[in-house]
Amino acid sequence: MSALFIVLPLALLVAAAAVAAFVWATRRGQFDDLETPAVRVLHDDVD
Amino acid sequence: MPLSAERAIDRVECTHCGLDVPIALRVEGSAEAFCCAACRTVHAAIHAGGLEAFYRLRADDERRQAVVSGRSYLPFDEPAFHARHVTEAADGTRRARLYLEGVHCGACVWLVERLPQVLDGVCVARLDLRRQVVELAWRPERVALSRIAATLDGLGYPAHPWAEERRDALRRHEQRTQLIRIGVAGACAGNAMLIAFALYGGALEGMDPLYRSFFRGLSAGLTLVALLWPGRVFLRGALSSVRTGVLHMDLPVAIALTAGTAWGIANTVRGVGEVYFESMTAVIFLLLVGRWVQSRQQRTAQDAVSLLFSLTPATALRRAADGADEEVAVESLAIGDRVRVRAGDEVPVDGVLVDGASDLDLSLLTGESAPIAVAVGDAVHAGTRNLSAPIVVEARATGARTRAGQLMQQVERFARERPPLVRLADRVAHNFVIVVIALALATAAMWWPVGADTAIERAITLLIVTCPCALGLATPLALLAAIGRAAERGILIKGGEVLERLSRPGRLWIDKTGTLTRGELRLTDWRGDAELGPLIVALEREVRHPVARALVAHFGDAHGAPAAVERSHAEPGCGVEGLVDGRSVRIGHPQWVGERSSAPRWARRMTAAIEGRARSPIWVAVDGRVRGVASMGDTLRPEAHDALGRLRRLGWEISILSGDRRAVVDAIARDLDVGVERAQSEATPEEKVAQVRRSGSARARRPIFGRDRSIVMVGDGVNDAAALAAADVGVAVHGGAPASLSAADVFLRREGLEPLIELVAGSRRVVDVIRRNVGISIGYNVVAGTLAIAGLIDPMIAAILMPFSSLTVVACSYRSRTFGEER
Repeated sequence: MSALFIVLPLALLVAAAAVAAFVWATRRGQFDDLETPAVRVLHDDVD
Repeated sequence: MPLSAERAIDRVECTHCGLDVPIALRVEGSAEAFCCAACRTVHAAIHAGGLEAFYRLRADDERRQAVVSGRSYLPFDEPAFHARHVTEAADGTRRARLYLEGVHCGACVWLVERLPQVLDGVCVARLDLRRQVVELAWRPERVALSRIAATLDGLGYPAHPWAEERRDALRRHEQRTQLIRIGVAGACAGNAMLIAFALYGGALEGMDPLYRSFFRGLSAGLTLVALLWPGRVFLRGALSSVRTGVLHMDLPVAIALTAGTAWGIANTVRGVGEVYFESMTAVIFLLLVGRWVQSRQQRTAQDAVSLLFSLTPATALRRAADGADEEVAVESLAIGDRVRVRAGDEVPVDGVLVDGASDLDLSLLTGESAPIAVAVGDAVHAGTRNLSAPIVVEARATGARTRAGQLMQQVERFARERPPLVRLADRVAHNFVIVVIALALATAAMWWPVGADTAIERAITLLIVTCPCALGLATPLALLAAIGRAAERGILIKGGEVLERLSRPGRLWIDKTGTLTRGELRLTDWRGDAELGPLIVALEREVRHPVARALVAHFGDAHGAPAAVERSHAEPGCGVEGLVDGRSVRIGHPQWVGERSSAPRWARRMTAAIEGRARSPIWVAVDGRVRGVASMGDTLRPEAHDALGRLRRLGWEISILSGDRRAVVDAIARDLDVGVERAQSEATPEEKVAQVRRSGSARARRPIFGRDRSIVMVGDGVNDAAALAAADVGVAVHGGAPASLSAADVFLRREGLEPLIELVAGSRRVVDVIRRNVGISIGYNVVAGTLAIAGLIDPMIAAILMPFSSLTVVACSYRSRTFGEER
């Protein structure tokens, strides 16, 4: 059970990494327009 | 029915949009057919650019009739325009955002983003589908912005400058910050909840105090992060609430969060009592989500508003001293300038007609349904439309000084002065704050004799479990769901409070021309030979006058061989004459046709009867004899009578407010059972405002669940704009003038009165949903609060009740059918 003292903080660190990734993506504007990219990807092979 | 079967075979689909092609526009032996000039233009532009794949990408239900303004985009190249809307990038390219009309589907995205291939010099075109805004980058030495805009126009996407550049950047930042807050709060809440499960298990089965302290310590850390990063907004809100003395929902939230966290940390250190970390992090997360939903709803509304103020500057043809016409922005016209107005164009200035003769359509400026003939020396006004022949106008007033401009200034003033509505949620919040804080103090006092620890813990538990998560979601969710659903049904609503206002029936002023009626001339009665049809269609097909269009619409489907026009001549204000199949035909006003033709007695009698009903008679003469008489009028919409009846049953008092002539308005009022005393005719725009304001003078603002009556104005013209802005709710209907759109709170995109009923009935249902949501969340708070006061709640029950109440509200908002087909 004493492994918890290491594993739990480690798990929280992983969560913190995920949050950091989310913050980074948001600041880069990845969530600004949620509709158009979904449509655009369908047309990539048409040209 | 044999006739309809025959028509079904005859049906020809427009190559571009799939609508029926009118007989008059069909070309024998051609594989392509178009329902209108706009579709033809767009189709040609798509072919010229090699973009036929557009038609493959587009689903059948995404086909729409094309819109092409065909306007000149020269003002887009003026330095003033560039200073406002264009930025220069470091690599020498220019960048701008344009709002595009007509963008609606995935294939549109593809088409617009092919722009760099079609037009040399365009580097980037990226479209935001939801907001219909395209981001452009181009090389100014190779292509001008006006050329880009004109190309987009030709593809069926008329472009307008996006006026919200600076606010956009601010808003984008705000939106991202909100999203980050939600993400962080969600991560904290999720992890705190996981740790809480271990603690619940420990509480039931027993747990080593060392592990208990460890778990509690970790969740205390998570709560601190949640409180000090995303939760800071509540602390700040509470501070300003204290400073300004306005009771705000943030206040009890902030007290609960800080007191709960401090108490929880103290308990963790001491190793005693209960902690509510998981509930508090969940509170922060849920409240932030509620806030985000609300601001999203406001953003949608703001987009709709800003769009209307960003309409493209119009151009006019100024006649220079040497007699040549030059195209200039309307703003640069000065008093004394001579302006040429082509047939079909809008008059850009107030002034005097100095050359030519024509008919003007005044319906948008005055509400008058019949075209007016004008000749040299007559006064003409900006905002009217020239119908039949080119004229030259000498400007006496321009811009804001024109009659239309003054009306627009009034619109802006009324929009500013409109008293804010005390919203249902705010009224509830005010009382909520007082009750919760009083209860918390009472609880502490009640338990004080048992022990200070117990008393403080009970009070803090009460504050935490009554945190208004569900209440914070109740109104914004219901409104967002409803506004989104309404938009799908072609009803654009600029803000949530509009729905609250519309849910309280009061007086509904309704404009006649274009709202109750179709707003266009139609043939209402015809007597004459059936064989005249092809002759009339042949002669009137090329004429742009509304009478001609009404005749073609009526006789266009007539059977018989098409006639050949040998020569024709349109006489402005009178009619048209020509040689068709070797016969001389004259169609127009009775006096003018009567000059050269003899009329039988039945024709004269019928003409008198038509005039008696305030409609316009048209004579058709062939070879010097009047052979047919048509009655022209603006006809009532078929659903108008039913629609008004249903509005009355919903509790609205209906009155007609029109600028048209008394005889016309009274006749319509009688047809609709409105009562002539309730129909105001010949009202100037100023009188319309006065009427609307007078009926609204009893408007009272009552603090709680007020049942005051709303004043609603429904209209479409420039003459209605000020009244729309002065009313509690202004509703602009399909086909209206841009001025009325910017003044209105609601824009009905579908034609007819059906959407108006849907709007009114839907608003009532939305407010019912809000009431139910508020009821659910208050009910939850009463239950949880009672348990907390009695000391019967523990962290696990609190953690279950909290999201449960919010989920109920979410489900209620999205399950309820507010807008849509009547059940």
